[in-house]
Amino acid sequence: MITLRGLTKSFGDKPVLDGIDLSVAQGESLCVIGQSGTGKSVLLRCILGLAAPDAGQVLWQGAPLDRRRFMAQFGMLFQGAALFDSLTVWQNVAFRLRQRMDDRRARAIALDKLARVGLGPEVADLMPAELSGGMAKRVGLARAIADDPAVIFFDEPTTGLDPIRARAIDALIRGIVTETGATAITITHDMDSCRIIGDRVALLAQGRIAHDGPVRDMDRAPALAAFLGRVPLHGGPDAAS
Amino acid sequence: MTPIRAIGRPALAATRAIGAVALFALRGLAGLGPGSGAAIARQLVQIGWLSLPVVGLTALFTGAALALQIHSGGARFQASDVVPAIVAIGMVRELGPVLGGLMVAARVASAIAAEIGTMRVTEQIDALVTLSADPMRWLVTPRLWAGMLCVPVLVAVGDIIGIMGGWLVGTTSLGFNSASYIANSWAYLEAWDVTSGLIKGAVFGLVVTLSGCWFGMRAGRGAAGVGRAVTNAVVAAAVGILAANFVLTGLFFE
Ligand SMILES: Nc1ncnc2c1ncn2[C@@H]1O[C@H](COP(=O)(O)OP(=O)(O)OP(=O)(O)O)[C@@H](O)[C@H]1O
Ligand SMILES: [Mg+2]
Repeated sequence: MITLRGLTKSFGDKPVLDGIDLSVAQGESLCVIGQSGTGKSVLLRCILGLAAPDAGQVLWQGAPLDRRRFMAQFGMLFQGAALFDSLTVWQNVAFRLRQRMDDRRARAIALDKLARVGLGPEVADLMPAELSGGMAKRVGLARAIADDPAVIFFDEPTTGLDPIRARAIDALIRGIVTETGATAITITHDMDSCRIIGDRVALLAQGRIAHDGPVRDMDRAPALAAFLGRVPLHGGPDAAS
Repeated sequence: MTPIRAIGRPALAATRAIGAVALFALRGLAGLGPGSGAAIARQLVQIGWLSLPVVGLTALFTGAALALQIHSGGARFQASDVVPAIVAIGMVRELGPVLGGLMVAARVASAIAAEIGTMRVTEQIDALVTLSADPMRWLVTPRLWAGMLCVPVLVAVGDIIGIMGGWLVGTTSLGFNSASYIANSWAYLEAWDVTSGLIKGAVFGLVVTLSGCWFGMRAGRGAAGVGRAVTNAVVAAAVGILAANFVLTGLFFE
């Protein structure tokens, strides 16, 4: 259970997050959408303490987030994959595993996770510099899920992938959340991804949460319709006029 | 008030910066743990082994030039036969550590700042944090220790090659007899001359790797951020070496 209260962050005199209140329940999958540059990635960084918020609180299981304990059961896919370029693909995926098991077992698990993101054993010994952007992204995804984390953040998991691959990754993320009961926050620009991955969807606009509701009501929400540049399908509860 | 403030502000900022760097160094050095040995060994190759050619060449030419200078300078007061002793003392106490340190600064501080800076701007350092790995322990600790361990060795190698450079010039063009040149080099050299130079080397190794790590970890955004980190690291390492050399020389020989 992650709760954000009044999270605020500006760079210089440019406000990016302006009082974010948001919570994700245990085992829930939240999708965060919003225009490019509205601060979605910054939001994740602030939750993790990778960027220091100017104000506000990040609570995890009711107490201020303890980074050490939190990271121990956490996985993250960075927007730019952030693979370690001095390690091979499998060593990247198995990074956490290798801290507590021998290389043979860690490699076997890494190969299995690579297979789940649609990458064969032939990429295992490549260096990250030899991968295409979409492949690097999928290796990053395999690294994020390698140790079966309880909380996972995905920053644009399907950007840069072909539509068929993208749907497969969506299904994979949904499957992980359902199977393992993991709590997930996924940033995406893709409404179809949202529908597959998310239980809830939140829209970030002008530094605030402009909409927060279940995915099944997505098409009726006026704030989302405005974001997508179309009129709502059926008048939502607050779209009477 | 204002003049005092004008002095006070930068002084405070400088004190704060020095404190922060010192804390950073202590945290880095204290990060030893299981697996550090292998990581340090990898860095020893990068920092030490691969610096040997440049340090050796620098020492060779410096020793040779020093012999020429002392020969012609010494001729003014009929003292050109001090060439072997002065080349040896000058190389071992001062030029070996300082020039070796500066060459390592150019090669290593830049490489470290570029590597860690790139990891910073591509979020690899953030990724380490999300994988429960302490970036200080993973990236800084092995480099600091490797720098402290291998620069003294580079200095020792440089000392020997520098003295050989002087010997080459001395015996081929200054008319020295080979055996007496070597005997004279040894005769006036004291153990402390050598040891003090090696201690300087250890400090310079720390200065070089510390500035590479410090500026790399603080790299700003994008390629420009990495570029600035590299420049700052090399400049800080070079100035730091010369300043530390002055302080250490004062401590050791005054
Ligand atoms: N370290 C930083 N320094 C200065 N400004 C920053 C920094 N990080 C982010 N920003 C600014 O904060 C804003 C939000 O950035 P962020 O990366 O969160 O956008 P985003 O919503 O993830 O966009 P996208 O969908 O394109 O990834 C941007 O305008 C960016 O310029
Ligand atoms: Mg982003």
